[in-house]
Amino acid sequence: MSIPIFSFIFAMWILIIIGGGLMVVFIGPLSFSGYGNFDPLINSGVKVLIAMILIFIWVVALLKIKNWIFRKTTTQ
Amino acid sequence: MEQLIIPAIIAITVAFFSVYGLTPFVIRALEKRNITVVDANKKEKTMVARPGGLSIIIGIELSLIILYIFFPISEILAVLLTTFFAFIVGLIDDKKTMGGWFKPLALAFCAAPILLLGAYDSNLAFPLFGTVQIPLLYMALVVFMIPIMGNTINSIDVLNGVASGFITIASFALSICLFILQNYEIGIVSLCLAFSSLAFYKYHKFPSKVFPGDSGAITFGVFYGGIAIIGGVEVIAAIAILPAIINSFLFLSSVKKIVEHRQIKNPTSHTDDWKLQSTSENHAPITLVRLLIAKKPLSEKQIGYEIFKLAIFSGILAIITSFMMGVTI
Repeated sequence: MSIPIFSFIFAMWILIIIGGGLMVVFIGPLSFSGYGNFDPLINSGVKVLIAMILIFIWVVALLKIKNWIFRKTTTQ
Repeated sequence: MEQLIIPAIIAITVAFFSVYGLTPFVIRALEKRNITVVDANKKEKTMVARPGGLSIIIGIELSLIILYIFFPISEILAVLLTTFFAFIVGLIDDKKTMGGWFKPLALAFCAAPILLLGAYDSNLAFPLFGTVQIPLLYMALVVFMIPIMGNTINSIDVLNGVASGFITIASFALSICLFILQNYEIGIVSLCLAFSSLAFYKYHKFPSKVFPGDSGAITFGVFYGGIAIIGGVEVIAAIAILPAIINSFLFLSSVKKIVEHRQIKNPTSHTDDWKLQSTSENHAPITLVRLLIAKKPLSEKQIGYEIFKLAIFSGILAIITSFMMGVTI
């Protein structure tokens, strides 16, 4: 049973690296201006929204990978 | 670098020997007062002292105080206070089982010293791609990370020696990562955790003489999370404890709500030769242990070693990641 778990850990590691890359690519360069005092709030709000969407996609991907890796073992 | 060696040796020695020396006294004091629990995975009814968190927190706090005397930086003070508050939360939970939401909420407040002392860098560093600056979002991350780390380590405290052995491996890996990233002071702080958990493992390993309890396991987890934040190695720290994160992930994705772990159905049962096997109960949660014994029953000791192998694998991935931090594509 250990090998599927090692595979799952490895898959999570890859997903973390890709997810981190997406965070840097999408969230990093974001900057809104022209709203006066609300600029930091709007910047953070949009970043939070994008981060939440990315985390949701990350969790869904992880669930799919988990089911794919463990399906064989759990049905045995 | 040279000036760090003596404080490091003193702090590490205090961390190790205070836990190593104090734990037998804590065990005797608990046994004398009948503060023991049944070890559920032993054939003969065995009573084990619980919680042993007191010796852990004394060892950790003493070593941190020594380090703070040598390096009076807010990061060490912040993690010292956060870990102490987390210990209190764990101790309350040891004395009186609280609801599923008590610990996450109470531990979120424990993150206050890190935020108030500004002991964090709001740049979140990722391997290969560089950093992203998220000032407000990072503050929320700190508030979430402390309870998550505390509960993640607490949730793998299910078998003899697993929590302390696991955090020993993870914190040694994290120390190596911090040294690779040339963050020496925080690397030494991480070594204090590694040596204090190693000392506790001596008494917690199979067959356990003491259980850390919520106070001990949460202290380990929150201290580890605090190091990740003050060291700016959040991603690396998460990678080093991936088996524990998987355990929480599998649990939450099967139970679909936050509950106190003592309130759930046991995902394992015993064979005639007292090995652990996966339960046939459909509504029992999926956990890391249940996956490890899905194919064939294993003894408690064998499962512990399987978890340690996973921890070493994650630790190696964390070290590879720390080398990747210096590379940008």
